Amino acid sequence: MSRRFVQPSILPGFSLSLGFTVFYLSLIVLIPLSMLFVKTATLSLSGFWEVVTSARTLAAYRLSFGTALVSALVNAVFGLVVAWVLVRYSFPGKRIVDALVDFPLALPTAVAGIALTELYAPTGWVGRYLALVGIKGAFSPLGITIALTFIGLPFVVRTVQPVLEELDPQLEEAAASLGANRWQTLRKVVFPVIFPSLLTGFTLAFARAIGEYGSVIFIAGNMPMKTEIAPLLIMTKLEQYDYAGATAIAVGMLLISFVLLASGNFLQWHISKKLGKA
Amino acid sequence: MRTRTEPRFVRIMLVTTALVFLGIFLVLPLACVFHNAFAKGWGYYLGTLRHPDALAAMRMTMITALVAVPLNLVFGVAASWAIVKFDFKGRDFLLSLIDLPLSVSPVISGLVFVLFFGAQGVMGPWLTAHNIQILFAPPAIILATIFVTFPMVARELIPVMRAQGSEEEEAALTLGASGWKTFWRVTIPNIRWGILYGIILCNARAMGEFGAVSVVSGHIRGLTNTLPLHVEILYNEYQFTAAFAAASVLALLAIVTLIAKTFVEAAIRSGR
Repeated sequence: MSRRFVQPSILPGFSLSLGFTVFYLSLIVLIPLSMLFVKTATLSLSGFWEVVTSARTLAAYRLSFGTALVSALVNAVFGLVVAWVLVRYSFPGKRIVDALVDFPLALPTAVAGIALTELYAPTGWVGRYLALVGIKGAFSPLGITIALTFIGLPFVVRTVQPVLEELDPQLEEAAASLGANRWQTLRKVVFPVIFPSLLTGFTLAFARAIGEYGSVIFIAGNMPMKTEIAPLLIMTKLEQYDYAGATAIAVGMLLISFVLLASGNFLQWHISKKLGKA
Repeated sequence: MRTRTEPRFVRIMLVTTALVFLGIFLVLPLACVFHNAFAKGWGYYLGTLRHPDALAAMRMTMITALVAVPLNLVFGVAASWAIVKFDFKGRDFLLSLIDLPLSVSPVISGLVFVLFFGAQGVMGPWLTAHNIQILFAPPAIILATIFVTFPMVARELIPVMRAQGSEEEEAALTLGASGWKTFWRVTIPNIRWGILYGIILCNARAMGEFGAVSVVSGHIRGLTNTLPLHVEILYNEYQFTAAFAAASVLALLAIVTLIAKTFVEAAIRSGR
């Protein structure tokens, strides 16, 4: 079936608006981003492989993806609790709490970075108590995870919240009147409905955490092989004018995230299909 | 109905868990910023903010936002007009391309401009030959900021325009109004809250962007420093109180953003 490029409409301005959109998109986003491919094309495959599999790069990848994963998991658990509490219960100051959830998106990352470092440093408000029990807050992978948890916090709450709001209470009433106890209703009726959105929120928080820079570099300590995240390693290579190395690490990072996100999407599609059948 | 909600102690426990979690992760850092900013009193606080480097950084941040936000606003309106009002091939693909800058690490966003304009970059030799400075100068800072905030207006405007529908525009056109007149008199008033919402979010990110700007700025004091970069420099020089004073300005901006955002959200919800 052949279809026209654009469906007819009485509204004017299609060529103008689409033309400008594509022009501006190319100029600002596509042409600059294509530089990554242009630069990668000039690298030899062995050169690329050497940079990407060097011990320092692998350690940075492992740290970036590992801490991003842990922080996204923490956010999935607590984000679900926050979303649930905001939708289902009433308590004083609820509207302020609701607005506050977006704070990490509004606060410049450098500010978050220095504030969290100050809090979790061995002399900080929280860090000194952690130090008492022998835990190193700032300048450790734990510190990185804390910063990434801060950054990813809004994503799970804001994807689960609207789904919970839309959830028809009659479903729960029906389950209850059919003799299900509250726990069974939550597990078998409510959870399957919100699970896809929980997974979406988790993926968004994870993706954001992988590339995060500003909030992490202050608290990380930035020790090569130990607390050096992948974006920082790119920065270090750039400061040494090693553009090829920086590009190789960046492309490697994008490839890994692409594979992870694609498998996440596949998992989500698979699960929602299964839940739809059940 | 007892079976429709959780037992009282479970509810209290969940609310407490949520509040403690948000308290530790959101309220504590905010309190920490202001506590440290005023550690040496008001006089010192105002003094650090009046420092020429701080003022230059604020000016650079303002200029960046003043260029980036209007450009992305025009783009956002054009893109949402094309995407919402028309059905064309490749529309979903275009949407995902528009979202690209959000899924790229800020450092990589900066890197692509270094690869473009840097000495070893594509345009590098030509720029050097013509004595044009883009990298490590304000143009690159502005470009990187435009890149990072690129989808922010479009993303907020598309759902608002979609909810609005096209009936009013169609009516205006049938009654003989010109295309531009319909756009200015019907569409723009209908989406004004969505526009404002997009501007608020885009501006907050433009003023606060750190990673991408850090890569392309070269950290030249008084010239290519934005306020977030100024915070970094002061902090790395162990001028903690001054760093937190500058940070408190940005934190204040974040609070104003949240308040404005909450009001505009309410207006969008009720204004339909």
